[in-house]
Formats: sequence, C-alpha cells, structure tokens
Amino acid sequence: MPTIYIDGQAIEVKQGENVLEACLNAGMDLPYFCWHPSMGSIGSCRQCALVQYQNEEDTQGRIIMGCMTPVSEGARFSLKAENATEFREAVVESLMLNHPHDCPVCAEGGECHLQDMTVMVGHRDRRYTGKKNTHRNQYLGPLIHHEMNRCIACYRCERYYKDYAGGKDLGAQASHDHVYFGRHEEGILESEFSGNLVEVCPTGVFTDKPFLKQYSRKWDLQSAPSICHGCAVGCNIAPGERYGKVKRVHNRYHDEVNGYFICDRGRFGSGYLNSKLRLDYSGIKKSDGSFLAVHQKQALETAASWISGKKVAGIGSPRASLEANYLLREMVGKNNFSAGSSDLEATLVGSILSILQTTTAVNPSIKKMETADAVLILGEDVTNTAPRVALALRQAVRNKAFELAEQMGLPLWQDAAVRNLAQDNLSPLIIVSAMDTRLDDISSNSISLAPHEIATFGRAVAGALNGEKTDDPDVISTAEILKNAKNPLIISGSSMGSQDVINSAVEVAEAISKPETMLSFCVSECNSMGSALLAQDGGVSLADIIKRAPKLDALIVLENDLYRRGKRSEIDQLLDSGIKIISLDVYENRTLDGSHLVLPAASYAESQGTLVSSEGRAQRFYPVHSPSHERLQSWEWLLELAKLTGNKKLSKLENLDDVVSTCAKDNLALKKIVDVAPKNSYRSSGSKVPRQTHRFSGRTAIHSDVSVHEPQQPKDHDSPLSYSMEGLNRDQPASLTPFVWSPGWNSNQSLQKFQSEVDGPLKGGSSGVRLIASSSKGSKVFSESEEFELKAHQWHLVPAHQIFGSDELSAHTEEMAELAGRGFIAIGQKVAEKLGVKQGDGLLVQHGDVRCSLEVKVLSRVAKNCVGYSVGYEETQELTPGCLVSLQVDKDWRRTSPEVIASDKTALGHIASDGGGAYG
Amino acid sequence: MLSELRTMWEVLKHTFTKAETVEYPEQMPYLAPRYRGRIVLTRDPDGEERCVACNLCAAACPVDCIALQKDTREDGTWYPEFFRINFSRCIMCGMCEEACPTYAIQLTPDFEMCEYDRQNMVYEKEHLLINGVGKYPDYNFYRVSGMQTASKDKGEALNEERPIDTRSLLP
Repeated sequence: MPTIYIDGQAIEVKQGENVLEACLNAGMDLPYFCWHPSMGSIGSCRQCALVQYQNEEDTQGRIIMGCMTPVSEGARFSLKAENATEFREAVVESLMLNHPHDCPVCAEGGECHLQDMTVMVGHRDRRYTGKKNTHRNQYLGPLIHHEMNRCIACYRCERYYKDYAGGKDLGAQASHDHVYFGRHEEGILESEFSGNLVEVCPTGVFTDKPFLKQYSRKWDLQSAPSICHGCAVGCNIAPGERYGKVKRVHNRYHDEVNGYFICDRGRFGSGYLNSKLRLDYSGIKKSDGSFLAVHQKQALETAASWISGKKVAGIGSPRASLEANYLLREMVGKNNFSAGSSDLEATLVGSILSILQTTTAVNPSIKKMETADAVLILGEDVTNTAPRVALALRQAVRNKAFELAEQMGLPLWQDAAVRNLAQDNLSPLIIVSAMDTRLDDISSNSISLAPHEIATFGRAVAGALNGEKTDDPDVISTAEILKNAKNPLIISGSSMGSQDVINSAVEVAEAISKPETMLSFCVSECNSMGSALLAQDGGVSLADIIKRAPKLDALIVLENDLYRRGKRSEIDQLLDSGIKIISLDVYENRTLDGSHLVLPAASYAESQGTLVSSEGRAQRFYPVHSPSHERLQSWEWLLELAKLTGNKKLSKLENLDDVVSTCAKDNLALKKIVDVAPKNSYRSSGSKVPRQTHRFSGRTAIHSDVSVHEPQQPKDHDSPLSYSMEGLNRDQPASLTPFVWSPGWNSNQSLQKFQSEVDGPLKGGSSGVRLIASSSKGSKVFSESEEFELKAHQWHLVPAHQIFGSDELSAHTEEMAELAGRGFIAIGQKVAEKLGVKQGDGLLVQHGDVRCSLEVKVLSRVAKNCVGYSVGYEETQELTPGCLVSLQVDKDWRRTSPEVIASDKTALGHIASDGGGAYG
Repeated sequence: MLSELRTMWEVLKHTFTKAETVEYPEQMPYLAPRYRGRIVLTRDPDGEERCVACNLCAAACPVDCIALQKDTREDGTWYPEFFRINFSRCIMCGMCEEACPTYAIQLTPDFEMCEYDRQNMVYEKEHLLINGVGKYPDYNFYRVSGMQTASKDKGEALNEERPIDTRSLLP
C-alpha cells in the first residue's frame, strides 16, 4: 500500500486508486461533480483540484485534478493550498454564471450537490454582470422532469444514460457554452433505468416528476430502510413519507445488490400506495353484496367466530412477508396451507430452489454477475423480469474493455480512455429467447427459439461442452465461448413457464465444470423464493385448496388476488363455494370483492417483514410511517386472530422478533433469518435510529389543524427505528440506515461518508443473509424434449413480461399504467404481413373458449410459430404460457394512438403542466 | 439610616416624573414597521401570491410551527396548497422572514392575538394571506427566476439571453 502526503499528513492508500478517491477515503472534503464511483473519472468539471508538489523542497507545486491523478508512493499533495482553494472557488463561480435564480422552486433544493459544493468552496457573490444563457426544456415522459437552465455540463447524465445504462436517446448536443443534454426531440425516455438520472444529476436538471407533484424537501421526509417489492431482485430502497403519503422512493445503497441504481419500476412504482384503491377499514359483506365498514375489534371477532374450531384453509402470497406467510401456515396447519403462487409458478420456483441447493455452480449476487466475462441467457427477457440484473449485465459485457485496459496498464477508472481503447469490443452475451429482448443491442448472438427449442438448444450446448459432436454453428460457438470464459454466467428463470428451460440451464452450467461458473435464476415476485422455502417444509397446491373448498368452513386469503393465480372459472367457483372467505389485502381487487370479510392490510411502506430475493438473500424492510386509518400489518392481523382463536403456540408471541425466531426454529432452511437485522432491543448510541432528519420541520403544526394539542409521536414497538428526529443516524448496521446525510453533504453524495471505502460496503456491513447454501453435489435434473404438433394457423403462446404493467401492485400507479399501455400480442414481421396487420391494430386471440382482443405489437425477431402476450395485464389474464392459440384480425378494433414508435411519442398536452416549452 | 432616607427620596422623586407606561388599550403604543409581530403572507406587485412553497421558513423555524405543502399551477409555478402557522407555538423570532427568498412571509407590528381557545391560534393560508406587498413593494420572484411561467417565456427573466438554438452552427 503506497503512502501519499496530503497537507503533510501521511495517508495509506490503495494501489491503483486516484487521489480524489484517496481523499474521500481519508474522510476529507474534496469537492467534485463529474466523478462517480461506478462511472469513473473523465476530468470534465475541473472541480477536484489539488496542488501536487515535486518533492519536499517544492513550495510552488502545480494544480492537478484529483480524479485524474493516480496515487503513487510518496506523492505530495495539498488540498488547503491557497491556489487550490482559489481555483476550486473559481470553478464553482464559473459554473454558476448561467445557473438560474430558482433554487426555491427547484426540486433538488436541499439535496443538491451543486449547493453543497458551492457552500464548500465558499463562493457567495456573483461578480459577472453579463446575461445568463437559457435553454428550452423537453418533455421526457411521465417520470422525469427536465429543467435545462440548471445544467452545469458535468456530463454525468450522458455518461450514466448512454455509457452505463445503455440508453440511446439522451445525449449532449451543441458545443461550448451552448451544450445541451436532452433527446433529439421531445418524447418518453426509452431506458428502463432513466429514474437514476434524478440521483446522478448533481443539480436539478432531471428531477422526479411524480414526486414534484406532491413535493416535500428531503429534510421533511420521514424515511426507513426498505426493500423493493417490484420484483424478486430485492433492491434496497429508501421511501420517503410526509403527511401520510409515500412521496418518493430513493435508491438505498447495497454493495452486493443494487449498488447506486434501481430501475424505474422500483423508483416510480409505489404511487399505488396513495391511490383510492387502498383499503382503510375492515368490511363485512352485506346480503346485497356491498360492504359494511366495521371496527378492527368487530372484524377480528367476526373472523375468529368463523374460524374457531372450524375447518380452515389458508392461501399465502409470494408478495407478502415471510412472517405473515408463516403465521398463516401455523394457524391453519401445513396441510391446509398453499403458498399462493399459481401451480405452475410454484413448481418452477420450487425446482429452482432445489437446484440452487444442490448445484455445483455458484449462485451469484448482482455485484458478482458484473464480473462475468461470458453470459448465456436462456429464455429470460431480464430487463423486464429482473431489471436490475439487466443493468448489471450491461456492465458485465464491459469486462472485455477492462481486460484490454489491464493489458495496456490503464487504470480502470480512466473511463474515457478505457472506452476509447475498447471501442465496440464487448464480452460475449448470448441471448436465446422467443423474441426481442431489451439486451439485444449488446448481445453477441441473439437466437430466436420457441421455449421447448430453447431447452433443446441448452441441452445441445451442454452436450457440446461434454464433447458431443453437433452441426449447429450457434451451439458450437456458444459452447466454445463458455468453455473459454473465466467466469461464465448462465441466467434463466421462471418467466417462460417452462421447467425444461430451467433444467437445460443447469445442464449447461454443470457441463462447464469450472468452479467459477455462475448460475442465476429470475423468479417472479418479491418473496417467491421465501414462499418456496416455506413450501419446502410442507404445504399443498392451490389446486388442492380449490378442490377441497366445499369441505371447508372458511378460507383465509393473505395479500393475494387469486384471479392472477388461476383460471377465472376456478376462482369464481372457489369464492362462491359457500365457505366464509376472509381476505387481507392492501388494495381493492376482485378477490376482495368476492370475500365475506375484508381486512385492510398495511402496505410495504407501513409494515415490517422479511423478503427472500431470487438470489436467496433474506432482507428486512421497515415501515416508513405507521399504518394509517384502521390498517394493521398482515402479521399483526394474523397474530391477533390467532390469539382470539386460542392458538396456544402463537398466543405467546408478542412482537415481530418473536415471530421471526419461532419461524426460524420451525423451518430449518430459514434458521438464519434471525440474523437478517438487529433485534428490536438494538440501540445506536443509547437510542433508537431516527427515521426523520434532524431538520424535520413543522412538528408543532402538522396536526394542529385537527387539534392544537400535539399528539405523541407514534411508537414503533417492533423495530430499533423511531418515528422521531432524536437519535443518531450513524454507525448502526447497514440494514438500519434510513437515509444518508452528513454535515456539509446534504445530497445523496453523502453516501460516501457511510461507505467503508469508495464503492465498498457500508460501514455497517452488507445487510441481509443468504439463506441458500449449495451442497455442490450437482443437480440431477431430468429433462425430456417436449414435442409440439402445431396445426395450421396455430401459434404457440409465449409470455412477454413487461417492466411497466406485469407487476400486480406497481401497475396501479398512474405513471406505470401510462407507460404500460394496453395488453398486447407480439408477433413477428412475417406473421404481421401474412395477417395483414400493423402495429396498433387489433387481433382476436382464441384458445379453446378463451377469446380476447389484443393490440398488435410487431417485433423485429420472434421465434417461428410463436407469438408473445403481455403478462399480468387485465386483458390477458386468461392466457397461459404454452397454450396454442389461433389469431384473427379484429374488425371492430379501434386504434388508440397514431402510428408512432415508442421513442417518437410526443408531448400531447403535457407541455403546459410540465412548465417547459417545445424544444428548438 | 442614611441609605433608607435616600431610598425614600429616590422613590418620592419619581412621583413627579413622566410615566413610561401607557394606558393600553385606550392608548396604543408606537410599533415600528419592522416590529416582529403577527406573521402575514404577502402578494407580489402583480397581485399573485408570493409564496412559492420552498419550505425554507418551515426549516428555519426554531419551534417548528410552520407546515405547508407545495402544489403546482398549470404553468409550472409553485404555490402552497396549504400553509399553516401554529401561533400558539410561534415565538415571533422572525427567522422565517429572514429565510424567505421571495419576501412572501413578513412579520407585522401587530401583537394583539389573544384567544380564549388555543385552537383559534392556528392560522391557515386564508388567515395569513393579505392583499398587499408588505414591506417590499417591488419584488417579484418569478421575474428574476429562470423558470418559465405563463406570463414569461424562457429568456425573459431579468438578465437572461434568449434561449439557445442548439441546432445553430453559429458560435
């Protein structure tokens, strides 16, 4: 480890890092703008200036940029030298020349890196008397607000959007002080990761548009460490609440999972929490079918009278916490409990789990996936099923560039140089899918095959790796690439609805026979893996419950819209079978409509629990605010109910810690969940960790419209977090970090004060516990090729998951619904020509007695005899993966939108409310 | 002895001096225009609400007695959807006025705010907003700010150039 001297102070630094990183690691405040730990240095903002001296005698020195200067043994720098401080102040002064006078009406105000840096360098008075440059804003869709006047031209947005996230439609335009960051013309940003621009931009050019509609300053938001419920990846998030509304979601750093970035579903998909669909009170169904609102106590007593001493079954949910699912299972007994996934999904996730428990391959974290130098994706459109993984794969293909840079002796943080060196050289990424995927642009080979052919392809690759001869050039090249890779990664998942595809992925991974081989699976919902872990210990299928329904007295449904799990006729039959149905859920849906008693469950932002991600990482989420109205957390409802019905085992439990420890005792696979987060009794420096910032305002006025006598702050009896500003948000375990703030660092860049080192784990460690350990015996999967006989004019239906729209809860967010559009049927160009339809036309899709009319989406590549359908949409609810359908032109179809491709969608009336004008 | 006599003399002497106290409320005291009394929200010279709901007053308030929520007008300008001051907590320190970047919140020379019911000390925007500019007759934040409004296009604020045409090749 080299030693460098900064202002005479000796600092041990890591070989290969730059001086800016070294300063930040040493806890020094060196201002910067364009440098980002995950995007490296380009030296464009000139802010991180220091003085470097030749030797001890040198008093003159020369100004260098910290981010562009590698550390070397004995190098001497000064941060405090007068010419360095003057230089840094002058840089900010020049950046502020054109900065508009609009901080009070800027959504970045109060968490603005530019504000912080301006204060840090001491710039105050404007000396320039000339006029300010101005720019037109653009409409960039419902998620991102654009205010170009505020730009300081650091290029971070372009580098993130194009270089890091692989977007194509945002970039720098014009030159010198005319430089402009935007699209070629107004329209919705294409990238699924555009929301990170909000956090990447050091000032207020890109701000969170839904948040802007109900804006509160960062210091006024009450935050808590939470886990995204949008998919199974388990990204760490920090939602912020005020006045009882969840206002925004920010990324919460986790070095092994999401790093600095989350996808747009995670960031913007929580709007449903404030929607009118939320349940506030319990209701008992009256004879006329409407619901009578009743008090908690009455609802509980009614429920208890229906289930006490009766034959009761329970249906859990892969979107409810592990604790709630466990309590329900304990209440009704293993033989009366179904985990709540559709039977197909349950089988697939169950098999994925047992594969991960036995495979010889490594089950990687997302951070680890970024090290892969060859990737094979079998069947998944990762960007739509596990978005954050897709972003990691975009980094993985850059390993070729890093390899070349290392050969040249270039430091990897020299971003522009590394990119210049590598040009278009990417590590191989082979995608075998039924149709277009959003990663096709970086793939070395995209192969279109029907699901059963994907499995055959996988097996052939495994065969080739084992030395079998084959003629297929794709198989040969894929096997060759995987064989030569140092860290190959195979990705598959449950989204195709095919066991065969999953099995073939295992065969490939195990045929590579390298200890570094990685095998990862995408599963559908935030707690699918947790459900599967519980189900391993016993439970019955959903079909079994439906079959036995007439013999039961009551059924408890936990946070589950059953219509998404099975055929409509079957679910109708279950709900009408004359038994009492008790439903707990966060929002109104058809299952609740068909229930006899509904209990309002607290949302994820109001409750605590554990989720298990697709990687098998158990992570705890905490309530951001206490449940509003008469809502209770699902596990609280169930625990109360268990107590009322005299359940001896559960009656002893007092709080969530008790539930967690009992659950861990009862399930061998979940033994480690007690270590996921600190116990309720944990105290940081003698007090609970505050959810509010020390500058939280309005405490004596928020509730004074109701009563001037201020109520006590709500108490949190289940976690070491408090609904208060008292306490210390520092030095606690990472799983208890509700927000980041440090003196002088109000923006999210204060994260570096919480990291143990730049880009490293948080000081409190990496949160979560990985529950799935592999025995490395090798998975014994038996796959047989299925043969399909297609009649003329029949197509094989393949699921096409959508980042906006396929997820049950986030789809109820206004902005998500706008982006999701209508349910569609995706066909290839040839089929479209044959049927005589164009994008936006209608097609009648028929399978047996199921008929639905869907919008046509024409894709550039679709496997032969296959059509895709949008999963999880209202219109496609009746379609199931793998069924054979016939297609017919819908003559009554009405086009909704003019013929435009997605990237050319125009503002159409959004301009006025956006505060921006037409560009140009 | 001497000291006691001196004290009595001093006290008696004051019988003939002019009283400093006044017969309030019959006689009103003089309060300077910058006296820190009841808080008001003012309007700009064009008659629009000055408050842009930036939340700085709430942040500056040492007793945290200001709560507000930002909302947006059709043209994108900000205004408070509600603005509440709990005067039963207010200490009339004037920090909110100092923090206000738009001269919206101002303290006035009025201290007569007694109420029998403490709840009446909670003022909403309708109670706070006056039809005047207060102590600062000329200032209009949106004329200076770079933000586009219904009455002002980009580049029309104080000291601004016309918007840049990024497609122009001219230097």
